[in-house]
Amino acid sequence: MATVVLLGKLADLGGAPALTVPLPLAAGLDWAGLKAALPAMLAEAIEDPRVRVAVNGALVPNKHKLQAGAGDEIALLPPVSGG
Amino acid sequence: MRDIRLLDAPFFPGALIGPFSNANPGLGGVCTFVGEVRSDTGVEALELSHYAPLTLPGMHQLADAAFERFTLMGLLMVHRVGMMRPGEPIVCVSAAALHRRDALGAVDFCMDHLKSAAWFWKREKRADGWHWIEPRAQDHEDLARWQG
Repeated sequence: MATVVLLGKLADLGGAPALTVPLPLAAGLDWAGLKAALPAMLAEAIEDPRVRVAVNGALVPNKHKLQAGAGDEIALLPPVSGG
Repeated sequence: MRDIRLLDAPFFPGALIGPFSNANPGLGGVCTFVGEVRSDTGVEALELSHYAPLTLPGMHQLADAAFERFTLMGLLMVHRVGMMRPGEPIVCVSAAALHRRDALGAVDFCMDHLKSAAWFWKREKRADGWHWIEPRAQDHEDLARWQG
């Protein structure tokens, strides 16, 4: 399985700060597979072009080409606000 | 002297600024900005969350960019995460340089990036519950001044 970490308002949509996505052995997880495994409202929200994705702490240049595997941590990062 | 920190407990900016100045002997100017939780009507608390693999490394990258862009002797950048009450400090940026423009500019540069281009998520608690805060148009305009 893979862990999906939800930041900011995405955690509200997912109902938790982190979710686990079951993965069949040896099968990878792509963008469509990830969305299919998430609650519908969350899957819709992460299509916002401002939502960035990191795998194991490294930002993915193009989330639509996401490739993750068992044990990976996928972070879904909505627009930021600090200071 | 470079001091970049992410803190999950209240801090006293005054306790950081003196030692920071002293750690940069020979400086010509030091500029410090402290941001606090504003006492807006109805705001009971503010919570900042972060993502550990990105947030502190991102602050170090921002410090690298500030050192590249300005002629600095030292940079202090401290940012809170967790729950805060109105009046509590959220952020403290202090820059030491031989000349004032570099110190003033570096603090301005770091703050504009911390507001809308660093890995933090902010929400505030009002009587009707929690609300996520996104950067204002002004924050994006402030950031755009440094680009291109």
